[in-house]
Amino acid sequence: MDIKLNEDQIEIARQARRFCENESPTEYVRAMFEDERGFTDEIWGKMVEMGWTAMRIPEAHGGLDMDLMDLAVILEEMGRTVVPGPFFSTVLLAAEAIMEAGSGSQKEAYLPGIAEGKIKGTLALHEAEGGGDLGHIEMDARPDGDGFVLNGTKLYVPDAHVADFIVCAARTESENVSAGEGITLFLVDPKAEGVSVSLLPSMDGTRKLCAVEFKEVRIGAEEILGEAGKGWEPLCRVLQRGQVGLCAECLGGAQRAMEIATEYAKVRVQFDQPIGAFQAVKHRCAQMYVEVESARSILYWAAWAQDHGNPEEAVLAASVAKAYCSTVYRNATTSAIQVLGGTGFSWEHDIHLYLKRAKANEVALGDPVYHREQVAQFIVG
Amino acid sequence: MDFEFTPEQGAFKEEFLSWLKKDLPDDWDPTRYRNLDSTEEWARAHKDFQGRLYEAAYAGLHYPMEYGGQGRTLMEEVIVLQTVATTCVELRMPGVITFGMAAPTIQYCGNEEQKKEFLPKMLDGTHIWCQGFSEPNAGSDVANVSTRAVKDNGHYIVNGQKTWTSFAHMADYCILLVRTDPDAKKHKGLSYLLLDMKLPGVEVRPIIQITGEQDFNELYMEDVRVPVEMLVGNEGDGWRIAITTLMFERVIGDVTMAAVYQKNIERMIEMAKQSKRAGKPVSEDPIFRQQLAQAYIEVMVLKYHGLRNLSHQISGGIPGPEGSIGKLLWSEPNQRITEAAIGMQGPNSQIMGGSPWSVQDGFWQYSFLRSKGNTIEAGTSEIQRNIIGERVLGLPKDITRVARQQ
Repeated sequence: MDIKLNEDQIEIARQARRFCENESPTEYVRAMFEDERGFTDEIWGKMVEMGWTAMRIPEAHGGLDMDLMDLAVILEEMGRTVVPGPFFSTVLLAAEAIMEAGSGSQKEAYLPGIAEGKIKGTLALHEAEGGGDLGHIEMDARPDGDGFVLNGTKLYVPDAHVADFIVCAARTESENVSAGEGITLFLVDPKAEGVSVSLLPSMDGTRKLCAVEFKEVRIGAEEILGEAGKGWEPLCRVLQRGQVGLCAECLGGAQRAMEIATEYAKVRVQFDQPIGAFQAVKHRCAQMYVEVESARSILYWAAWAQDHGNPEEAVLAASVAKAYCSTVYRNATTSAIQVLGGTGFSWEHDIHLYLKRAKANEVALGDPVYHREQVAQFIVG
Repeated sequence: MDFEFTPEQGAFKEEFLSWLKKDLPDDWDPTRYRNLDSTEEWARAHKDFQGRLYEAAYAGLHYPMEYGGQGRTLMEEVIVLQTVATTCVELRMPGVITFGMAAPTIQYCGNEEQKKEFLPKMLDGTHIWCQGFSEPNAGSDVANVSTRAVKDNGHYIVNGQKTWTSFAHMADYCILLVRTDPDAKKHKGLSYLLLDMKLPGVEVRPIIQITGEQDFNELYMEDVRVPVEMLVGNEGDGWRIAITTLMFERVIGDVTMAAVYQKNIERMIEMAKQSKRAGKPVSEDPIFRQQLAQAYIEVMVLKYHGLRNLSHQISGGIPGPEGSIGKLLWSEPNQRITEAAIGMQGPNSQIMGGSPWSVQDGFWQYSFLRSKGNTIEAGTSEIQRNIIGERVLGLPKDITRVARQQ
């Protein structure tokens, strides 16, 4: 048993913190919050130079073949400064999908480009009637020769407006199949005929969400990611990694929210003393600390389980972690606003950027209600 | 990063488990929360069990050989305690102060004679210890101790009253916080004594808690003559010793509690499958399923946070005030979990053990009531949050408290 970051990971974290503070300061985050595209090529290019887009990609495809734990260390730092842009959608959703489900030639076609930062992708999953449930995939994919024709609308697709490709989950069989069967993953070119992408006015402007409509979109056999009808299992593994990645972001953001509140509580004087001397405020800060450190312990378990645990432990840990860490982030930002008082309610203070990311992460890739039900299925049946 | 036992540790766990299964009486029921009825029976069963652990070289694994330990690591000790926690926690419970507080205090702060005298008799089950810190006017403000100890001809003459003294009715010895210098500042005038409970002038009176049982007592001391050799550290060191030694063993408590709770969650799931609401199993109700999952999540938080701290400590880390997290992580969730559990029983939640209509022999009714003490004993939640706020996060003390301490 050895539950701590190793020296390489500590160094990765140190570099990532310096990078995020220097390259993604508040001014950048706020500008991108308002900007439709949501990131600059300059900052994207610098992340690529740091090797971040290549970390998880196998060496055979031009990557660094590193653990999810290594990437989690970076995601924690990115969460700490609410770094905007399509990093998460490309690296944790699209790339993992190709790594999990793709054929050899599909991997060769996409992974080196992702590693080099030349192409970006995303995952189209949610539909209007699914709510917080990840398993509700009903979009119609009609057989057509050796391919399929897609019709329907995918919602809350992160960064689809800047994606070079979209991994889209749709139903290719609906007769006599259980929920997880009959799902196929497709590689879709957003510029293809019949595909239209529109930005949604999302609360968290640092993570753009889109609606993607499909009208008679013809998909050829070579654009079926993996095997037709067998998409659900690899998709689940992709979602688990994404969930754990989001937990790392949540941890970084929650930790920063706690620091912001605590620093303020030490210097803001009311009734002749710093407000942090009042137990009503002090205990709020202490509770944030309790939850942040707990979230760190759970994240480490969940990330380790993805890299080294057995598959059952990995899926359970991902749901435990996602339910817990996303709630911790929401609690921390809510509490921080209360400690900051009127200042925290202003647009001028950064804390609302954290609150909005917390709310985005809370519902992304399964909300806490969904994940608690996943846990219940595991422990109760 | 690694969350698993080494193969050697895994084998040790198996070896201990098979020993334990053979050791327990045939009619021992690990699903019952009380196998022993009277205080005398419970104390005797604890001492006998501890004695057998000692004989089989499973006691005090992380204590040095010369004091009756096994000279192994904290990890082996944790493996034993987690296994005990899920099979026969009742047999360990009367030792909670002995091993959670008294033994580490003597190990880290006692002198050579004290270590030789007391540690082996703790580990072999000869002695049960109790804790004499709280007083009627020293609850959360535990440094407000007024029990006096006056030096007189090779003895301390002790007069005063302690309260909420856990297991004093079973105890052979007591770790006692006393005031030796009434003129010194509040925290500086305290000393730490080892009290033989059989000395003349020591009287124990029971406190019946809200479960109807007696885990705690009032302890009265009238002109009790405690030999000066029973002083731990120096006069005036009492507060520092009381605070620092606690931190070393805290992590054992956290991971042991996690094992107990994990067992409780299994019991809760079983209960939810058997209990009906509108004719259907509670375990199929989406709201109660959320509660079951939340209970499990909170236990996982305690477990993995405890393991992270354990790993830190084994690799040489010094535990500090951040250990207060663990106290909060076992006490507050236990209240939520037991509340959820009796909530699943609807009106049957009123039915205690002892009826054909009792659910799991009233385990959850008992646990619900007992859990109300969890956020008070061993430092209230409020005190834990003060410690975290002030000593970890560096937030200022309340000005009225600062003024009073000057």
